[in-house]
Formats: sequence, structure tokens, C-alpha cells
Amino acid sequence: MLQLNAETVHTCRDTIKRLSGEDVSRCFQCGKCTAGCPVAIDMDVTPNQVMRLAQINGRERVLASSTIWLCLSCETCSTRCPADIDIAKVMDTLRKISVAEGYPSPEPAITGFHRLFLASVEKYGRLNELELSIKHNLAIMKPTKDIRLAVGLFSKGKINPFGGKVKDRERVKKIFAESQRFVKVYPESIEREAE
Amino acid sequence: MVESSKDKNITMHTYSEVEQVKGYVGNFDVRIRKKARSVEMSKCTGCQVCVEACPQVVPSEWDLGLGTRKAIYTPFVQAVPNVPVIDRSVCRIFTKSKEKCGAACVRACAAKAVNLKQEDEIINEKFGAIVVATGYSLHPWQKAYGEYGGGRYKDVITALHFERMLQASGPTSGHVVRPSDGKEPKNVVFIQCVGSRDESKGVPYCSGICCMYTAKQAILLKEHCQDAQAYVFYIDLRATKKNYEQFVLRAQRDYGVIYTRGRVSKIYQKSDKLVVRGADTLAGVPVEVEADLVVLATAVVPQPDAVAVARMLAIPHDQFALFTEAHPKLRPVESVTRGIFLAGTCQSPMDIPESVAMASAAAAKVMGILSHSELMLEPTIAEVNAERCSGCLTCTKVCPFDAITTVAYDGRTVSNVIASVCQGCGTCAATCPASAIILKGFTNEEIYAQIEAPFKRMEKEVTAGAPA
Repeated sequence: MLQLNAETVHTCRDTIKRLSGEDVSRCFQCGKCTAGCPVAIDMDVTPNQVMRLAQINGRERVLASSTIWLCLSCETCSTRCPADIDIAKVMDTLRKISVAEGYPSPEPAITGFHRLFLASVEKYGRLNELELSIKHNLAIMKPTKDIRLAVGLFSKGKINPFGGKVKDRERVKKIFAESQRFVKVYPESIEREAE
Repeated sequence: MVESSKDKNITMHTYSEVEQVKGYVGNFDVRIRKKARSVEMSKCTGCQVCVEACPQVVPSEWDLGLGTRKAIYTPFVQAVPNVPVIDRSVCRIFTKSKEKCGAACVRACAAKAVNLKQEDEIINEKFGAIVVATGYSLHPWQKAYGEYGGGRYKDVITALHFERMLQASGPTSGHVVRPSDGKEPKNVVFIQCVGSRDESKGVPYCSGICCMYTAKQAILLKEHCQDAQAYVFYIDLRATKKNYEQFVLRAQRDYGVIYTRGRVSKIYQKSDKLVVRGADTLAGVPVEVEADLVVLATAVVPQPDAVAVARMLAIPHDQFALFTEAHPKLRPVESVTRGIFLAGTCQSPMDIPESVAMASAAAAKVMGILSHSELMLEPTIAEVNAERCSGCLTCTKVCPFDAITTVAYDGRTVSNVIASVCQGCGTCAATCPASAIILKGFTNEEIYAQIEAPFKRMEKEVTAGAPA
């Protein structure tokens, strides 16, 4: 049972607005986001329900949903929204809050992939595709999944088997430090971002 | 109202009831009962001293019991005329109460206008046309909605109670308060469609006005109580007219009204709060709100005596007792009975601009009749052949428009069709055992001729086509 409470409802809307710049209260539930979403069929909460839950502070349900992780950020919803809400951006913000508040991910493979991706970028300043795919396939216990693809990709030069590094890795570290600040100090970061 | 009461072409009969309507367009005979006001209109100055003097205090109908009135009273401040009336059912003099008031009103009146012996007056007058504008009533929700407390909770009120509280001249001097303890509410839940769109407990139709007045009341709540928060439970938001959608959006965006799509299942008391349990069908979750005050938008239903009024006027009504228009698209303000017009919510639920438009249209239609010395009619009406009529008068019983009267003919009583009332339905012609009534344009001969015509042509063609 969700307790409708004006204070938390408005705080929730304000938080999302401050973090994403998007006003979810503008949503009037036409459902066009869900209608156009290529992965909505696999989601446990549809995109329009996510928007509604964001409006009424249904945080437990939305922050633990598979939806925010299944979202591909293809931005079909954002492009088509009649209320001009960047729904993909709201999804992104909800992912951030979900991580910051320590919600367990219902899609560990997806969140794991994201972490490996970021770890790789943090380490080299750019993505090491070979390392990422090996680590990811090991993590999901399917080590041989992409082996056949690998040969073709190597021979055509699509993937550099040795990876590469950017020159100024100090600056990359700074970017990561800045982003970590949000994750670590949320919700205090809200106040600071508002300033 | 004040303006029209002063117009020299308008006679206003207040505290009066139409008891009988006879006749037809251009010739309506109307009997009006002007009820005994017990105050002489010509003498009263409207000073209200009698009202102050009266010791008998009863709940005010105008304020729906939220406030009080005296036994001698004017129903509300702007009432026309500004002349009080004695409610004889509660007045100490008329009820012969043991508590004596010593005719305080009579003694108080300097103009000697209070007349306890006044009697009902019957006015018989002729009218050319009638506009029916008897208004509406509200769904008796207490009986139907036990899950909303059925009237047990004092802080579950209707939108009309809320409207009275918003009035500066109302029972709470414009303060929104909880009827139970007089405190200002913080969380106010508005529930739409109480009785409307409810086939099992109320009426299946949409009342049409609740979406907008709920939005208005939610906005005004915020203007009256800065700390208050409005919640609205709705099924659909029907804001279809000019600027209506924007108005509802303003309530949501500028006044922070929380709209939830779903019907409330139940209201129950928890200490001094009311817990409203509903669902957010858009999020797919059940929800609960702790409310201080609950306002119900009850369905618009016809007046309890609408059927009796329809019968008196010989106008049709639908299964809900809403008066039926002659044609839903082309004759929306006329009744089927010629000369009787409809305006406002007695025909269908509608809001103020629509009622005003309909009333203006009805007035224009009336002018269209009254400005001519003759009436133009459809030629296809019934006619009685007095020679053949046996005077059984079966036709008078079957006519749905009361268009048939009797006349003396050759020493007998025969029936006669009033041309201006007849709608040409043909029921009388079909019923007449002596075939004394014809429907012009649809006589047996004419219909047979129509049936035979194509056969004759076919015959000709067959003959012409045959080899010689």
C-alpha cells in the first residue's frame, strides 16, 4: 500500500527535477512512451508507470524495477513525448538514485556490464573491448559466447586485441572522481547541485 | 435576478408553484399557486428586523445544515424579492409550540407587513409559450455508498457543502473547516464520480460538471488555506471546453493538486483522520491518503418531482426523468410538445455557460413564436371527419400530445384535432374504429396509390417489351 503524502510527493518530484532538469509532474499519462518503447514488453513496470510512480513517490517500486536497467536510452520516448519530458534522462536519474541508495539490481548482468564498462574506461581512458567482453562473459558464466565473433572482428581490425590508452589519464580520473561524488554523497549532493 | 425582477416586461412569481397547465401553444392556461408568505410584499421594506426578532432557530436548507436560519427568513442574502417568508412548519405561532414567542415578528415590524392570516393565492393566467428550467438535484449518496461512511462521518461532505464554506457570506464566513471540530483541514481529498458513471449504485451517465468544479474547489482550497493540500481521485478528466484543460493543468502545476486516477474503494476513520483507500491505476498500485476532510462530487440527477412536472406539461422524459429534447442535434432546446421549451439541467447535466446558452436559445425560440400573429405548421396532421365520428373518444385517450378535444356537431359530441398541437404521429387515425380520422398526406387512398404506382409502371414496361 502506497501512502499518498503531499510532502514526499512534492519532494520526490523536486528531487528528480533538480537532478535531471525534467518536471515529471507534467506527464499526463498518455502512454506514448510505453507504446513506442522497444523493450517495454520485457519490463516489470512500464515507462508510463515509471513516470507515474515518480510523480507520487512510489520509490520502492520504481528504484527496484527492472525497467530503469532495461532502458536502452534510445530516446524514442523522449522524442515523442507530447509533454516534452526527456524520459530517457529521467530513467538515467532514477538509475543514479537507485545505485546511490543501494537498491539491489534486478538485472545483475546489465548493471555488471555497466560497471565493467566504466572500470575499463577509468583504467585506460578508453574502452578495451576485448577485456570487457571476456570479463562480462565470465561474469555471466558463458565464457565461450562470443568466441566465433572474435576471429572475424580481429581479422577485419574492428577490435584491437591489445587495447590502448589515452595520454592524459589524470583528467579521466578527475571526471570519475566527480561522478563518484554524486553516488557517494547523495542525497547531500542534491543540495550542492541546487546551488 | 435583481435586474430581471425590475424589468417592466418580466413578472416574477416567487414562492409560487405551477399547479396545472392546460391548452396548447399560444394558448396555455396556467394555474399558479402563490403560497402564503405571511408577509405583505407591498408593505415590507426588507429591513430584516423581524428576522432578528424571531427566536425560532432551525437548520438552514440553503447552507445544507451547516448554518442556521430563523422561522421567518430570506433564504439567502441576494434573494429576490428581499421580503422574508414565514416557514409555517417551524414557526412557533403556527405549530402552536409551548415555547411562546409572543408574535415577535409582528411586533417588530414597523411597516405592519407581517400578516399571519394571509392565504395561498391562486393565479390563473394565459401564456403563449413555456420554458421549463427546473434545474437538478444531487444523488442521495448516503444510501448508496456505505463504503464512504454513508453519512456517518461528519467530515465526509459534498461539494455543495464545500461551496457554501467557500462563500464569504456563508455559514463559516468563507473559512474552510472540518464540520466535526471546526479546525482547518490540512489534507483534503476530493472524490469525483460519486453516483456518476456507476451503473450499480447511481446513474450510468457522466455528470459533466464535477471535473471542473472539483478543480476549481481544489484551487480555492489552496487560496483559502495556505497550508492545505488537495488530492483528487478521478476516473477520467473530462475538461472538453474552451480553456478547461488548461484550468485543470493549472490546478496540478501551479497549485500542486495531486490527481490520482482511480475510484476510491473505502473511507474509514483512524483517530481523528479519515483514511481514504483507492488505487493509482496508472502506476498500478493501491494507495492510501490520510485526510482531514473528504469532499464528494455527487452525481447530477433530476429533481425528485421531475416526472410529475413532465406529466403536467405533457412533455416526454427519459429513463432517468431528464426531459427529452425534440431532436438531439437539430432541436435541442424544444420539447416535442409545441410551445414548451427546455433550458438547463432539467434536460441534461450541464455547466453554467451551457445553461446560459440554452436559456438564450430557448428565449429566442419563444420570440420566434410570439412575434408572429400566425403559426406555420407541418401539413401532415390529423383531421376528424365529424360526419363519421361516433363520439367514442378513443382517440383522445391514445393521443400522446393531448391534441384532441371535443366539439358539438349536429347535436352530438365529436372529437376535434387542435391543429397547432398535433404532431402528425397517426396514432388516432390508426385507432379510430369508425375510420373517421385521416392523417393528411397519409390517407389509405394515398398510400394504396403509392403502392400501386410501381406495379402499374412494371405492367406497362412488360406490355411494351412484349413482342407484338
